[in-house]
Amino acid sequence: MWKFTVRRMLIMIPQLILLSLLIFIMAQMMPGDALTGLIDPSVDPETIEQQREKLGLNEPWHVQYADWVSGAVQGDFGQSFRFKMPVTDLMMERMINTFWLSLVTLIITYIISIPLGITSGRYNDTWADQAITSYTYIGFATPLFIFALVMLWIFGFYFGWFPTGGSVKPGLEPGTFEYILSRFNHLLLPAISMSLIATVSTVQYLRNDIIDTKQKDFIITARSKGAPESRVYNRHILRNSLLPIAAFFGYELTGLIGGTVFVETIFSYPGMGQLFIESITLRDYSVVTATTLLFGVAAVLGTLISDIILSIVDPRIRIK
Amino acid sequence: MAFLEIKDLKVHFPIKGGIFGRTVDHIKAVDGVSLAVEKGMTYGLVGESGSGKTTTGRAVLGLNKVTDGKIIYNGRDITSLRGSKLDYRKDIQMIFQDPYSSLNPKKRVLDIVSEPLKNYEKLSRQEIKKRVQELLELVGLSPESIVKYPHQFSGGQRQRIGVARAIALKPKIIIADEPVSALDVSVQAQVLNFMQDIQSELDLTYIFISHDLGVIKHMCDHIGIMYRGRYVEEGTTEAIFNDPQHIYTKRLVAAIPDINPRNREKQLHFRQEVETEYEQSYNDYFDEDGLAFQLQTISDKHSVALPERS
Amino acid sequence: MSNELLQIKNLKTSFRIGDDYYAAVDDVHLTLNKNETLAIVGESGCGKSALAFSVMGLHNRAKIEGNILFKDQDIVNISSNNLNKLRGKDMAMIFQDPLTALNPLMMIGDQIGETIFLHDNLTKDQRKAKVIDLLNKVGIPRAEHTYTQYPHELSGGMRQRVIIAMAIANDPELLIADEPTTALDATIQSQILGLINELKQDMHAGIILITHDLGVVAEMADRVAVMYAGEIVEITDVLTLFEDPLHPYTKSLLNSMPTSVQAKEKLHVIQGIVPSLQHLPRTGCRFSARIPWVPESEHEEHPQLHEVRPGHFVRCTCYKSFEFPEAHKEEQRHGIS
Repeated sequence: MWKFTVRRMLIMIPQLILLSLLIFIMAQMMPGDALTGLIDPSVDPETIEQQREKLGLNEPWHVQYADWVSGAVQGDFGQSFRFKMPVTDLMMERMINTFWLSLVTLIITYIISIPLGITSGRYNDTWADQAITSYTYIGFATPLFIFALVMLWIFGFYFGWFPTGGSVKPGLEPGTFEYILSRFNHLLLPAISMSLIATVSTVQYLRNDIIDTKQKDFIITARSKGAPESRVYNRHILRNSLLPIAAFFGYELTGLIGGTVFVETIFSYPGMGQLFIESITLRDYSVVTATTLLFGVAAVLGTLISDIILSIVDPRIRIK
Repeated sequence: MAFLEIKDLKVHFPIKGGIFGRTVDHIKAVDGVSLAVEKGMTYGLVGESGSGKTTTGRAVLGLNKVTDGKIIYNGRDITSLRGSKLDYRKDIQMIFQDPYSSLNPKKRVLDIVSEPLKNYEKLSRQEIKKRVQELLELVGLSPESIVKYPHQFSGGQRQRIGVARAIALKPKIIIADEPVSALDVSVQAQVLNFMQDIQSELDLTYIFISHDLGVIKHMCDHIGIMYRGRYVEEGTTEAIFNDPQHIYTKRLVAAIPDINPRNREKQLHFRQEVETEYEQSYNDYFDEDGLAFQLQTISDKHSVALPERS
Repeated sequence: MSNELLQIKNLKTSFRIGDDYYAAVDDVHLTLNKNETLAIVGESGCGKSALAFSVMGLHNRAKIEGNILFKDQDIVNISSNNLNKLRGKDMAMIFQDPLTALNPLMMIGDQIGETIFLHDNLTKDQRKAKVIDLLNKVGIPRAEHTYTQYPHELSGGMRQRVIIAMAIANDPELLIADEPTTALDATIQSQILGLINELKQDMHAGIILITHDLGVVAEMADRVAVMYAGEIVEITDVLTLFEDPLHPYTKSLLNSMPTSVQAKEKLHVIQGIVPSLQHLPRTGCRFSARIPWVPESEHEEHPQLHEVRPGHFVRCTCYKSFEFPEAHKEEQRHGIS
């Protein structure tokens, strides 16, 4: 298993290099550069040229790339030209916010999807299954940004049960219980909105896998041993069907990244997704590249986690 | 000169291992197999799963890359021909084991059977249709079947469709890989009879791959017995069944169920004897890796893999 | 106390296709004695597996009518709780494909252990000792090691031994083997059959052996029931079946085996095909369509099982005058297209 993990991590290296190259090239191809947005018509072109030279913007692309990567590896993504602060500092707090949002979303997703998937798969073609399946179809068909807006309007504005923006009530002392509660309260609505949509693919996946596993020969073997139905489900069907769900976990992470971009913007939740959209509209390129790179790394890590989980739970992979 | 000759055929598959996935070893699926088949004859390749019999058949068709050795068809070396020289391929066709999965369920019989025709011959649609109808009649299916789909046929009929496809280009050699293993006895009988019929009608040469010795005995003139990529014994059907020399062959022959219930005790006793001999004389028949030795000729009809006598 | 372990009376197992139920097993009567091997023979679609599954109560959505008396207790309408007390303990099953019949994610030891756990109050250690005992008994070398292995690490023959170990774990009185060697190589087949025979002598269990292979029947069975289209068409002891078969279907099956003729001779072919479940003939002699040269008058209107000699039953009167006609040989070779 160690061999597998090491090998799997080595595969990541070229993936990451390719990713960073792509992001860098795309950033280069965007019109203008870091200084474009700052140009004050009154500034002397000479000074700008000096500035460019100083920032290394006149170097050939591979030198710039090398600079950027070596900085990124050390946690230095340069300066944000809009916020006038290091990109790293800018992202730090937002990353923490996004992390909590994602975690709560994931937890809610699994809390909803596993029981629904199991019910739907075990009692397939009953009314319960049909209700759950209808929900998943609606979920598939509903765009997240519209659903999030509706949720925000209903529960945020109309009922006023949840705050409609920010990550914490201003003026609270960090570390206090109230502070934590307020943060939780702020991320709950975006997390629920995202989960309700994200959960449908897991429900469908689990349902189909259970229906599939139910018809396997070893289930007949289990029944012929005299195992009661509850045991057949818990010991034989679920264990085998949750396996692909575990493998799905990494892709769930990747999907979350896309989700946070919409949801954070709609709920004005100060996380990475919101920062990403903001910095695009403000042409804050060093921030755009840094966030894109981090999203990319998160996605690559997601699949790595999936593969490692799978290698732990599935003996057929573990041995090799 | 034999019609099809295989000389010291080797097919090795690499095993990837280690952190960088380099080739660390090879699976010697076929490891030095030689055989010769005369025109119009049936040659049986026998072995248990993993013995390399299917790989040998596929190598003849060019479906597996040959590591070493030669395949000579009609006096011509066809081992690694490429491009336009592949025309020999239409002379050698294959029938597959599973009549359920080897036919594309979404295609009509017309499309399935005409596929090789379209690949190798330039015919108009009318001509193709006519040829397919002729072929279907030849395999005993009604010409109207061309518009049907595979699921509308029984197992035996499906296997006939597979045969019709295989004989569409008037091949000289057919490699039949377990053609009846997935079929019920009565359907199996149908397909076997029919294969014999078209053999004499079209002067076909068969390589018949099977693990079922009953079927092999019924169909074949010559038999080669394979174990872990090598031959353990080779000879005429009579020689193999009436006078098996290698302990591996003896075990195989002893394992054939006897259809006379009165012979039960005798059969049991016989098997125990063979098993004892197998255990006692294992080292006389297999080298230190558990593989068979080189074949030694013991008569003009019979060779056995035994260590060289000093 | 009677010697009868299992009595099947008027068994009818039907499956729903569309809006209608179709009987895959139709009016079957059978008895199995203790310490007896009864083979059920027939081609795919004849209902032999459906029959075995009915006895084990493994059909999910089938309609089962009639009686199945296991040790004088009717198990057709038994509660699932009581059925589970029997399954795995008093009656057990061996399956055709040993790879798919094992849970790929469970250790071999746990899978066998589960059978014991479900029916016995043993401590974990006792259970493990018993599993290792069983692995030894079915001829698995290095039982301790195999205990911790997973199915994909074993060969086909070893997996089938594991399945057998699982089936015999609680010394069942009834063992149903559904094509136990069909998926195995020839030498492995003879080893597994040998093992089943050995175990039978130890356990004194009644065995129902489902197979399409008459060679296996000849080596294993005491009595044989031949099924066609959901019905039993002939039932007799094994010697009579091979030496004096009566029903046209039995005769046809025997003649279509490659070992029954000289090499290169033509094999017998049964005309037509086994009809699918929806198209089974439900009236008259179900085999009549496959022997069209036999005149209508030879068949019974409602074919019954006739006892031609003690213990030898044949369905329909058509057997009396049945022979393979020379004139039909040519057609038979190709079958009907």
